[in-house]
Amino acid sequence: MQVDHTKNIVEVKDVSFSYGNEPVLENISFDIHQGDYLGIIGPNGAGKTTLLKIMLGLLKPDKGSINLFGVPLSEFKEWHKIGYVPQKATNFDLNFPVTVFDVAMMGRYCCLSLCCRIKKSDRAIVQKALEQVGMWEYRDRLIGDLSGGQQQRVFIARALAGNPEIIFLDEPTTNVDQKMHEEFYSLLRKLNHESGITLVLISHDIKMVTEEAMHIACIDRTLVCHSTPEEFLKETPIITPHHHNH
Amino acid sequence: MNIFHYIFILHGLSAGIIVAVIAPLVGIFLVLKHYSLIADTLAHVSLAGIAIGLLTGISPVITSLGATVIASLGVERLRTSKTVYGESALALFLSGSLALAIVLLSLAHGFNTNLLNYLFGSIVTVTIGDVYLILGLAVVVVIVISLFYKELLYITFDEEAAQVAGMPVRKMNTLLIILSALVVSLAIPIVGVLLISALVVIPVVAALQLRKNFVRTILFAEIISIFSVIAGIFISFYFDLSAGGTIVLLMLAIFFIIYIIKHK
Repeated sequence: MQVDHTKNIVEVKDVSFSYGNEPVLENISFDIHQGDYLGIIGPNGAGKTTLLKIMLGLLKPDKGSINLFGVPLSEFKEWHKIGYVPQKATNFDLNFPVTVFDVAMMGRYCCLSLCCRIKKSDRAIVQKALEQVGMWEYRDRLIGDLSGGQQQRVFIARALAGNPEIIFLDEPTTNVDQKMHEEFYSLLRKLNHESGITLVLISHDIKMVTEEAMHIACIDRTLVCHSTPEEFLKETPIITPHHHNH
Repeated sequence: MNIFHYIFILHGLSAGIIVAVIAPLVGIFLVLKHYSLIADTLAHVSLAGIAIGLLTGISPVITSLGATVIASLGVERLRTSKTVYGESALALFLSGSLALAIVLLSLAHGFNTNLLNYLFGSIVTVTIGDVYLILGLAVVVVIVISLFYKELLYITFDEEAAQVAGMPVRKMNTLLIILSALVVSLAIPIVGVLLISALVVIPVVAALQLRKNFVRTILFAEIISIFSVIAGIFISFYFDLSAGGTIVLLMLAIFFIIYIIKHK
């Protein structure tokens, strides 16, 4: 894919959000360019997930607007361009009777019209996505029988199956074994460098994010900083990776 | 005494088998969405519908269908508005419709054997017309579910991701609850208002214990459901028992057998 680093994929303009009287986000503005690898960091409860949900249209901001691929979110239709790897632990039933292949196939559904059958070509794309994350040989296993790291790979395969241009990941390493972190981040690196997929990674693992991401957005109700990892580390030397063991 | 000499049993048996086929199809989505109580709530609503039918002289099958479908939309609306907790919304409808049913029945002087048929099911009262109605609506349920299978599966598994993928989440949830209302109304003559949720929930819960993939889970739920209904009707006929109760006890027995084998 031809990557144009000046092209805006996501534009966040002056977004504010509150739960009742509790302001969660205030006047957040930034852009995400094609081919970016953006790490969104901040303490727990800083509004990172809320911001992500606003960018994906799952929550409506009180103020401000979001453009996706240059189109206002309310008019955006090309959802197949967007991959989403949700914070798994919160909304996933381990006893759900679906196989790895079924889960990855769900990622294709956005490309099929309503009532349309699954075609051979869709199966081939799903196979490629599962191979990319190294989970093809597990295709007939139930999702609940896998380790946290393996499940997360399947969810990435689900996102890949839609051939997205951008993937949003919310705390993707929460349930992943510490030993597997390096492997996991190298997979993300490959997707960004080789496949040209724009990545937005929410994490409180500051150490990993500053090593991996190209840009850092630090959120604590407001946008505290938006810079490269080097600038970020220079400006905020007091931040220590104390969230590391979460 | 040969069961096949009794034409009224054959009507009940046909209706029972049709309902046994469609109940798990809707049930699997309800159970996995943790919506099991919706079946029970809608069953109570259907009783209010029946009471309206008895009061006005309109066929109770029609009035209960109407009442459950309308109430299902109300439940979904109240649930998604988030002004009332999801399960409290169900409790409101469940007790409210039961209260309405009791008041209407007392107005209609309906506390008689007729009412017992609706409460506990009565396959001997199933007419050939009922069988056609049940068959027609069952075909609708099967077609709708097969058309929207992908969407229902994705939304049931991961509602947020499905929404980000552009799926019409709210429409699908509404569709599912309307389908549940249809199934509940159709199941009244077979097991009665009080046992409908068992028909929708237990075969699915039993099949889930087997830990198979989605399609196979549905398949096993179908086998358990159809077997229990046929066996239950035969056993109840020869031993002069309540068909509804026998069917549900059989389903429960199958659940426990699977549970014990799988968890020992």
